[in-house]
Amino acid sequence: MNFTFSEEQNLFRDSIRRYLEETYPFENRAKTLEHPNGYPEELWQSLAELGWLALPFAEEYDGLGGSAVDSMIVMEEIGRVLLVSPFLSTVLLSGQLIAAAGSESQKRDLIPQIGAGQLKLALAFAEANSGYDLAHVSTSAVKEGNGYRLNGAKCAVFNAQSADIIIVVARTSGAVDDQEGLSLFRLDPTMDGLEIKNYRTHDGGTASDIVFEDLFIPDKALLGDVGTAYPHLQKVIDQASVALCAEASGAMWAISEQSGVYFKTREQFGQNLGSFQALQHRLVEVYMKCQLSQSLVYDAVCALDDFDVLEQSADGDTTNIAQKVSQKVSAAKYQVGLDARSVGQEGIQFHGGMGMMTELPIGHYYKRITMINATFGDPRYHLKRYRDTMCQSIISAT
Amino acid sequence: MDMKFDAQAEGFRAEVRSFVESNLPDDIRAKVSEEEMILPRDMMQRWHHELFKQGWGCPSWPVEHGGAGWSDEEHYLFEREIALADAPRPIPYGVVMLAPCLMEYGSKAQQEKFLPGILTGDQLWCQGFSEPNAGSDLASLKCRAERDGDHYVINGSKTWTSDAHVADWMFGLFRTDSSGRKQQGITFLMIDMKSEGVTISPLENFEGTHEVNQVFFDNVRVSVDNRVGAENEGWGVAKYLLGLERFGTAEVGRSLASLGRLKTLAKTVKVGSGTLLNDSDFMNEVARAEIALRALEVTEQRFLFGPGGSESMGAEASMLKVRGTEIQQDILELAHQALGYHAHAMIDVASPENDHNPAAIAKAHYNFRKTSIYAGSNEIQKTIIAKAVLGL
Repeated sequence: MNFTFSEEQNLFRDSIRRYLEETYPFENRAKTLEHPNGYPEELWQSLAELGWLALPFAEEYDGLGGSAVDSMIVMEEIGRVLLVSPFLSTVLLSGQLIAAAGSESQKRDLIPQIGAGQLKLALAFAEANSGYDLAHVSTSAVKEGNGYRLNGAKCAVFNAQSADIIIVVARTSGAVDDQEGLSLFRLDPTMDGLEIKNYRTHDGGTASDIVFEDLFIPDKALLGDVGTAYPHLQKVIDQASVALCAEASGAMWAISEQSGVYFKTREQFGQNLGSFQALQHRLVEVYMKCQLSQSLVYDAVCALDDFDVLEQSADGDTTNIAQKVSQKVSAAKYQVGLDARSVGQEGIQFHGGMGMMTELPIGHYYKRITMINATFGDPRYHLKRYRDTMCQSIISAT
Repeated sequence: MDMKFDAQAEGFRAEVRSFVESNLPDDIRAKVSEEEMILPRDMMQRWHHELFKQGWGCPSWPVEHGGAGWSDEEHYLFEREIALADAPRPIPYGVVMLAPCLMEYGSKAQQEKFLPGILTGDQLWCQGFSEPNAGSDLASLKCRAERDGDHYVINGSKTWTSDAHVADWMFGLFRTDSSGRKQQGITFLMIDMKSEGVTISPLENFEGTHEVNQVFFDNVRVSVDNRVGAENEGWGVAKYLLGLERFGTAEVGRSLASLGRLKTLAKTVKVGSGTLLNDSDFMNEVARAEIALRALEVTEQRFLFGPGGSESMGAEASMLKVRGTEIQQDILELAHQALGYHAHAMIDVASPENDHNPAAIAKAHYNFRKTSIYAGSNEIQKTIIAKAVLGL
């Protein structure tokens, strides 16, 4: 057992931190967000050069073969500096979904382009009434001639506005909550008949609501096999949930550190804020929450990596392992969500009136943390998912 | 980063597990599974003797003194396995605390006199630190030791002394000079509990257990040979002692065992036509506790097996004590809630079809309010973190 990063991983983290601190210091953030997509176009090419965009993909698709630990490092650093970019949407969601569900030729076509920074993607999965249930899909794709007829609507499609390809989860068979019968289609956002409503999000990014009305898409738009998307989607969303936990963890540490600096410099009643025990103990709670949350991120990340190894070598049933991994993901998403919320709120309170000001990062961390909680399942949702698995194993234990 | 133990460590884990399975007496296991921390002298010694025969009596000691020469991983797995199996905690005062101090600060003669008895478990110790007016503020202690030739004469009292009623010896801190800073003028002495002038007065917890005592000293004479370190320099020895415990302060293994019992309870306690398992609100609480415990477990592992290893762990360890005790209390509180009306009786009156022990659970739940107070209250631990980790 060891919790030491490899030399390579330490260098990778250093390079990320140096680049982000130099290129996207918080003082310039408001200006950067004025770009229509929330980030400057040159960012994407820089990320490609730094190796982020090819990071998790297999070497046979020009990827770097990175682990979940490597993705975690990127996300933690993104969290620290509140970077707005389509990294999660393109690489960890869409790219990983293509890697998991796509046909061989689709993977060979698309993944190298993602890695090289030539393609940005968005994943349209959530619907107005789906809550956080990935199986709840009412958008339908009905077979018609040499294609499909698409009807329905998707909401909160992150980064669709800047995407070259939108991947849509649609139902090709079954009832609205069935896990079976879900398929993936790749869409060109500029195609006729696509009704896209773009908006800015509270974290400075963009998202879109998309309506499909009798939209005809050709057979070749189908990604992977028809009707089999759910387990791939579930796995990729689990991975991305852990990535968001890592981002939240990075933000939590930043809040804790910035609050510590404020405690040592801000004076009231002739002494530093940090000399008041009522505040000391609250910052200690914040510090402990940072540590405990980070531990659950590590736990989930290692479970994902072990799962990948097991899956590659497995010839039998991996259902049970998949359930255990999902349980660890939910543990992290629950606890990190609760703790990040609390740490963010404390950070604002610690800074007093200044905590409410837009020129301080504190409130922006809190907005991002809050959005993370409302993405892929909030703490309540994940506690329930964890509990259900736990109760099942209590029942089956002798 | 790798959160798995290697094959060698797993082999060791299996060895410990099978050893405990075959050698832990049932009556002791039952007592510990009822969350009893302070065991009768006979039980402590019987279990320690089993470990001693195996060469595991004082595993953390240097090999030349009878230690096991284990790696950090092996120490960790040992503590975890004995906790999971409801074996007693290691004998705290002699084995874990005094012996390392004697190795660091004691004379050769002191080491030869005391270490063998601690190693075999024949000699039991208690710790005389707290006083009626020196709790969290330990350095304000007043119990006097006045020099009289080659003896000290002790007058005053120590309190909250766990195990004083079963111990042969006490080590403690005594005031030899009150002219300077309160941390100066403290001397570390070892006292034979059979000395003339020592009176042990039992203190009863509100739930009825006798774990702690007040010990009175009336002109008790202690030879200077029983002083550890120099006169007036006992505070340094005490600080060394308090910094010793790296393994086990989080008590994760114990809490995992308690959580296992809580789950069994949820499965067996009938509510209406089903069991507590069908009560999703209750099971949410159990899930919440399990997740909190896992977060603590990994945090402890990160501190022990991160860059720099266990040696680099500093005041961060205080958070293991804070969260560890909060979780212990939380789990027992849930167990108590699970019992409903059955939690009232002081003897076991539940139907025989339930294998749980409501009286013991209720009692332990009350008893464990102590954990956030003892060994440096959780508020003191937070102040330590604020100063030493956050630099406030």
